[in-house]
Amino acid sequence: MGAGRLGVPMERHGRAADTSASAGEPAPEGPDGRRRELLRRRASSASEPPVGSSASASAEGIRRNRPGSYSGAPSASRQRVESLRKKRQLFPWFGLDIGGTLVKLVYFEPKDITAEEEEEEVESLKSIRKYLTSNVAYGSTGIRDVHLELKDLTLCGRKGNLHFIRFPTHDMPAFIQMGRDKNFSSLHTVFCATGGGAYKFEQDFLTIGDLQLCKLDELDCLIKGILYIDSVGFNGRSQCYYFENPADAEKCQKLPFDLKNPYPLLLVNIGSGVSILAVYSKDNYKRVTGTSLGGGTFFGLCCLLTGCSTFEEALEMASRGDSTKVDKLVRDIYGGDYERFGLPGWAVASSFGNMISKEKREAVSKEDLARATLITITNNIGSIARMCALNENINQVVFVGNFLRINTIAMRLLAYALDYWSKGQLKALFSEHEDFANCPASSVSRA
Amino acid sequence: MTCLIKGCNFVLRNIPHEAFAYQKDSDPEFRFQTNHPDIFPYLLVNIGSGVSIVKVETEDRFEWVGGSSIGGGTFWGLGALLTKTKKFDELLHLASKGQHTSVDMLVQDVYGGAHQTLGLSGDLIASSFGKSAAADKEFSKEDMAKSLLHMISNDIGQLACLYAKLHCLDRVYFGGFFIRGHPVTMRTITYSINFFSKGEVQALFLRHEGYLGAIGAFLKGAEQDNPNQYSWGENYAGSSGLMSSSPELCPTQRVRSGTFDLLEMDRLERPLANLPLLLDPSSYVPDTVDLTDDALARKYWLTCFEEALDGVVKRAVASQPGSVDAAERAEKFRQKYWRKLQTLRHQPFAYGTLTVRSLLDTREHCLNEFNFPDPYSKVKQKENGVALKCFPRVIRCLDALGWEERQLALVKGLLAGNVFDWGAKAVSDVLESDPQFGFEEAKSKLQERPWLVDSYGKWLQRLKGPPHKCALIFADNSGIDVILGVFPFVRELLSRGTEVILACNSGPALNDVTYCESLIVAERIAAMDPVVHSALKEERLLLMQTGSSSPCLDLSRLDKGLAVLVRERGADLVVIEGMGRAVHTNYYAALRCESLKLAVIKNPWLAERLGGRLFSVIFKYEVPAE
Repeated sequence: MGAGRLGVPMERHGRAADTSASAGEPAPEGPDGRRRELLRRRASSASEPPVGSSASASAEGIRRNRPGSYSGAPSASRQRVESLRKKRQLFPWFGLDIGGTLVKLVYFEPKDITAEEEEEEVESLKSIRKYLTSNVAYGSTGIRDVHLELKDLTLCGRKGNLHFIRFPTHDMPAFIQMGRDKNFSSLHTVFCATGGGAYKFEQDFLTIGDLQLCKLDELDCLIKGILYIDSVGFNGRSQCYYFENPADAEKCQKLPFDLKNPYPLLLVNIGSGVSILAVYSKDNYKRVTGTSLGGGTFFGLCCLLTGCSTFEEALEMASRGDSTKVDKLVRDIYGGDYERFGLPGWAVASSFGNMISKEKREAVSKEDLARATLITITNNIGSIARMCALNENINQVVFVGNFLRINTIAMRLLAYALDYWSKGQLKALFSEHEDFANCPASSVSRA
Repeated sequence: MTCLIKGCNFVLRNIPHEAFAYQKDSDPEFRFQTNHPDIFPYLLVNIGSGVSIVKVETEDRFEWVGGSSIGGGTFWGLGALLTKTKKFDELLHLASKGQHTSVDMLVQDVYGGAHQTLGLSGDLIASSFGKSAAADKEFSKEDMAKSLLHMISNDIGQLACLYAKLHCLDRVYFGGFFIRGHPVTMRTITYSINFFSKGEVQALFLRHEGYLGAIGAFLKGAEQDNPNQYSWGENYAGSSGLMSSSPELCPTQRVRSGTFDLLEMDRLERPLANLPLLLDPSSYVPDTVDLTDDALARKYWLTCFEEALDGVVKRAVASQPGSVDAAERAEKFRQKYWRKLQTLRHQPFAYGTLTVRSLLDTREHCLNEFNFPDPYSKVKQKENGVALKCFPRVIRCLDALGWEERQLALVKGLLAGNVFDWGAKAVSDVLESDPQFGFEEAKSKLQERPWLVDSYGKWLQRLKGPPHKCALIFADNSGIDVILGVFPFVRELLSRGTEVILACNSGPALNDVTYCESLIVAERIAAMDPVVHSALKEERLLLMQTGSSSPCLDLSRLDKGLAVLVRERGADLVVIEGMGRAVHTNYYAALRCESLKLAVIKNPWLAERLGGRLFSVIFKYEVPAE
């Protein structure tokens, strides 16, 4: 398998935040009647397991006690999985999370392959292994996050390394084509996949690649993924961490957090949109709510406002900008703190509020706008997460999702905002594998 | 903020149909709420440049519980950056024309067609502006503005729901310049609230939202004056209406951003209160028919009021023969009221729920504005004079009758008197052409028993039992009605040992008897009749004012003195007479005590609608369930 096959030429390769397609916000346009009917139908069929999608806003509040439900998957695939379970797992072991913007792939590289096995290993399997493990970039858009690699892991009795690879969802057709070219279907494997794309691309996998997807419930995967990753640690270090003194650039410290009493916890998955789950045990959780103001909103608005073309670029601009030129702060209105309401002068009173004036619009830089967009989206997520934590009476909040990748500004802001507005009652926690939390679970749940 | 809350509490208490819910696709789009006696606690979400969320617990206690920086300023600021459109209203206009689906990433964009088999709604927004990152293409201003509006409205709605849930509140009022009557923002906010709360929280808007701060400041300024001594009412003549929800309908009006240009309030000198005898004050709705709901009835009544306008103008001019500019003022009145009626044809919800009562009240307010406070004063005086002369003869006739016959004659007298109503066009026509139209002739016009609604038998049975302790009677017209109809009936009750509270309007409306007039009439009758004389002297007959200047009756806004007296005397019978008070309003009003609702239907259309004919009789005697 030659490098460069994965990526077809692309004008633009935005690596935006992952989409767990999680938000589900209403749009009062369109065929309202039909939508209401759908929602009503969903609500009334609460006894059925909600089908794998956090996008279903109507699944809110329904406790889900059925992990790894395969509902929605064709029965053929189901039988195949069942039969595979009985036998020893065949390689390759993949897990796919196909979001709205980004595909996350985890690959388990067995390191305990016996000579006998090596002998039996078909050529295509060998070439996949070599291709994936010997490169850090695939085509023009695929990237292996080497720093996230989990080494010497034991998974289902096999020892090996877990690799984390991501590429944009719009390159999915090229990925499927590669699967066809490399004759993946001869490997007698099933691709475990989650995310909205598991549904969107299912037919393409089948007709183009002759590959059957085993679709897994996205939220189940997320919960399992978080707990699994935490249980294996991060190459000897703790997987979970928090920030001490997040507001102070010099004193701010990233410290490990031992998630030994994980429950209850509020899980905030920030992809293109945001899903918020309340987790009471491994198998007992519910979707609390979601918002459409997520990573996709940050990146989308940044593209429109600054003309940037990648998520990294947007973040880099934001790191150099000053949002206080764009936002109207409490002190801009009250000259200082608004004591009557206990509002500090530095708090944002109106995001982009200064931009109603022509002079101020002309005085801001693209960096300032990128920063303000980041602050606006992040603060809003923090605010909704905080309200959910209060309503659900939970004080540990774990933030995951691709939006937080290399996004220290957002993480520190979330940490600070949660601590400040809750007067120290709430703790914001983060995960080293923030955006791959979904994937290993796909892989693991096969075993 | 203190002013804002004060103003908000004030309008919720004092302005009828102040709060409304907005539903785009329903007819009417506006659902007005009746004044609820318990307005607390509620959540006020003020959407200015940012969002403030305030929990209001009592008149003086409120708490800022949270807020959000994503508000009207964000829509405006970010919208200006994205679309190069500088004005807020233009941005909203753009948004109303846009399609958000080209900019937002929807569930169907993520799931493909599978959302349908999954039972998901593909139209839900997965990521606001999610598509503006994925493609290198231009987006229209309209689409971006629309996406931005959805993003902000949804976000505010979601936060409002979260706060409402945390504080266990189900009423959320929205205000601030972002809302201010803009249908497009009311609609997205309502949608979002319904979506996120699954219908448990209701998004309510206020007609006079833009005035809350100013009203509050005014009240604060007037504090040494103790405003709680007074009551307030909206003056329909002075106030401009809620703007049309359809910008296309009257584009010229949409230039201004505000919903209202003017709110005029009348200060009543005395505080108002509920009638303590209402069965359930919180669900009491005075009006029988909601004309915003009933298009057929609305059309009829608007036409009816249009046709009656000439007569009202003529009457107004005639009432001030010495005035040089009466004709000119009357013409101005005609134009103003005509315009109001036309406005109401196009925007029935302009002043809250449209009812026959609000049409009548609007006419009174307009007459007052052009200095015709009491066009019927001369007519009323003349009629009172004629009727007083007849009083002794009527009493003699009644006293000559046997007990059972007398009871029927008294009721017929009440009803016949009620035919004398200048408010009804059919009657005013007869009265204009035949001023000698007498009491006896009126009786002959009445429908024979059985009446259209006839529970007289039950009433007669009741009269054979023990006397009522105290009767509260709401009088209608002056002249023959009150003197030859009501007073003989009152006299009979007094003779039975029942105390009587006779409640008349505080101010003039049509030919309705006012409190001041009732004092004179009672004095004249007392001079002729020892029963009434001694009852007045011993305070077994009490004359009170209702606190109203309307031809109709709102039992939730009565003079407090009257309400107190009703409670003190332990009134156990309420008598309401006349079309305005017993049919247009209160027909379905449920009371805790026995009640008598009497009217003669003097409007052919209404008579037909009720299944009867002109001069059909309503005699509704009701006893509350045990």
